[in-house]
Amino acid sequence: MFKKTLNTEDTLKNSGLTDEEQQLFSNARPQAYEPYPIKAVEDFANWARANSLWILAFGTGCGAIELRPLMTARFDANRFGVAGRPTPRQSSVFVIGGYASVKTLKRIIRSYEQMQGPKFVIALGICPVNGGMYFDSYNTVNQFDQYLPVDLYITGCMPRPEVLVAGIMELQKKIKAGECNGANLYVENFDWYKSNQKKVIKNWDMPDYNW
Amino acid sequence: MKDMLQRLQRDFNISDITERQLRLTTFHVKKQSAETLLRELRDREGYTHLNFMTCIDYIEDDIFTLVYMLHNYDKKNTLGIHVNISRDDEAMISIHTLWAQAWTYQRELREMYGIRFPGSPRVDEDFCLEGWDQIPPMRREFDTKKFSEERFGHRAGRQSEQPRKHMKVELYPNRGGDEK
Amino acid sequence: MTQLTGHSSALDFAQPEPVDMASGKYVKLWQGPQHPGITGNMSLELTLDGDTIIDCKTHVGYLHRGFEKLMERRSFIQNFTVVCRIAVPEPTFNEYLYSHAVEQLSGIKIPERAIWLRTMNLELMRLASFLMWIGGMSGAFGQYTVPNWTTAYRDFVLDLFEEMTGARIYHMYIVPGGVRAGLPDGFEKRARDIMDGAEKLLDQVERVMFNNAVFKARSKGLGIITPDMIDPYGIVGPNARACGVERDIRKDEPYLAYDQLNFETITGKDSDAYERAYLRLQETRQCISLIRQCLDKAPKDGPFQADMPNVLHWKIPAGETYVKAECTRGEYGYYMVTDGSEFVRRVHVRGPSYTHAIAVMERLAVGNNIADIAGLMVSLHTYPPEIER
Repeated sequence: MFKKTLNTEDTLKNSGLTDEEQQLFSNARPQAYEPYPIKAVEDFANWARANSLWILAFGTGCGAIELRPLMTARFDANRFGVAGRPTPRQSSVFVIGGYASVKTLKRIIRSYEQMQGPKFVIALGICPVNGGMYFDSYNTVNQFDQYLPVDLYITGCMPRPEVLVAGIMELQKKIKAGECNGANLYVENFDWYKSNQKKVIKNWDMPDYNW
Repeated sequence: MKDMLQRLQRDFNISDITERQLRLTTFHVKKQSAETLLRELRDREGYTHLNFMTCIDYIEDDIFTLVYMLHNYDKKNTLGIHVNISRDDEAMISIHTLWAQAWTYQRELREMYGIRFPGSPRVDEDFCLEGWDQIPPMRREFDTKKFSEERFGHRAGRQSEQPRKHMKVELYPNRGGDEK
Repeated sequence: MTQLTGHSSALDFAQPEPVDMASGKYVKLWQGPQHPGITGNMSLELTLDGDTIIDCKTHVGYLHRGFEKLMERRSFIQNFTVVCRIAVPEPTFNEYLYSHAVEQLSGIKIPERAIWLRTMNLELMRLASFLMWIGGMSGAFGQYTVPNWTTAYRDFVLDLFEEMTGARIYHMYIVPGGVRAGLPDGFEKRARDIMDGAEKLLDQVERVMFNNAVFKARSKGLGIITPDMIDPYGIVGPNARACGVERDIRKDEPYLAYDQLNFETITGKDSDAYERAYLRLQETRQCISLIRQCLDKAPKDGPFQADMPNVLHWKIPAGETYVKAECTRGEYGYYMVTDGSEFVRRVHVRGPSYTHAIAVMERLAVGNNIADIAGLMVSLHTYPPEIER
């Protein structure tokens, strides 16, 4: 699967780590996803992906409050194959619940990079679009897509559970059409994203890419 | 209540006694006698509950005013104790030995205003911010909008539409769409 | 049990001795922020000896937005839209306290009907918040039936809010000078129906959750708060009442219409996780009775807003006030200082979780095992957004 083996020329510096820690973390760059050569197989895979969206249980902001009604009996997102997972390794959708403060952004990046592909990002609320009512806050980022690629925005404050359901169905449509390529964008523009992230997060003490 | 305030005026030289609301009285006390006053109020007068402590930045007078809010559950009365400290020598006696929650407030004030509390536990650890490299953000001279624009500035080339104009011009051109 | 580096007595405020990590006996474990067993977005740094926690440090700030700074550079009416975002599950307490502080400083009297509508709004919020909390408490001990019931039922209460205020989460209903609207037609009947249903639901919850052997075995004796901890740690609300300390701002210093409502302060015996949970269940029932009383007694017509000057030109006279209300977790307070200009000089928000989640949590966690941390945390009822604001 990996075209480039570890420790080749084109590796990450991991300059935020100590010498001892550098031995513990990989320094390979992320790989882009390549679709299956046969279109029918790829379509089938996309259909399967669209119907098993597992959300990472990380309430990064106030949007998390509407995820509980969404997941429980009244709106019951399980109908759409949506379930909450406690670990990034098992989940495929990252829901950014509104504003991201700098301290949380660091954890968001770390969790996002640990998620296995194919992975998608939904941003709730108006705050990830342009900062919303925290446009002048010293601790929240304004445009979230400078730091991670966003596949779908659901705006409003708060977005209602019905809108979340509509957003999930929209995401499913996009996945089935093979248009959700946020993770590939992240790989292609990796250096740009990293420089933006490091501009904001001043105490960078984690590897440049978290496996 | 009056007796107590008179006694405090005699013993601790408190000033500016103001009855703010029905059950809220505030006064000023000197920095040196603040800790003994708080201890006295807690042990003798029954002001056992520390509602909060906070700070007001009077940049024009070059002082920080620390506010200790104490509550007496029996008398149902709240006292606001103001302590002025200089902005140049921003240190204050720590009260973490009086209330077990006080060190958290002091940690917050250390981070948000840069006030030093010698001896307070974990006071230099990060509280809310992480990797902060500017002046403490709650100080009045810190301009949060300017900082936000510099650090979290908008990406060039991204289109943004003013909703008001967009609605007028694109969605309802017949209703006052004269801004075109 | 191995030697605990924790506290010897309740009045020993000293921080525990640092643990000798180099000895290799201990493990450091982070619980949160990305962890389902944590309330909201915060994290605990646990030091473990085997399965036993010997040191706990709370880390907050993941939701810090700098509200107090933002409010200093917004006008009074702009602040009104900001304040409700401070505590997400309970925004109305922020709205009420902010409005009340502004009214107190500028000397505005609000009409009788607004007082009753505010009381009802606050009690509905308390009901919604408690329903969600019961679900969280039950989920923390591994029962997933009750969360589905209560969270779904909370939605019906949110429907009432939608009728009353137009929004589910951030209502922005209680404005300085009164409330934004009266009650719609037929609201009273629907509210009573929903209250009847909630009462039935709580009976079922009591049967399923509080008589459950596993829940009982795990939560009894977990995280005991003794009465001598109350004052040094500033513990308020149900956490304090559960150990027999009769303190309720609604009763002690009645605000709004609480002096005309008929209710008793509920207290418990010893404040462990079970007792705190059971006390909150009783308070939820009390809440339903208070909402019914509000529906009975609230005036049906009359003005719901005082005459206010143009919102764009508000200048509040110089002054200082501290207002507080009893929210689901205890004393919620707003400290406001004005200097006579169009902007507020300083606002400090006092959330009860500030001490519950940091000083008390660090104290109570010592000696428990990892599996109980989530339950202990929920039983203290903490909301991170009001800690860091």
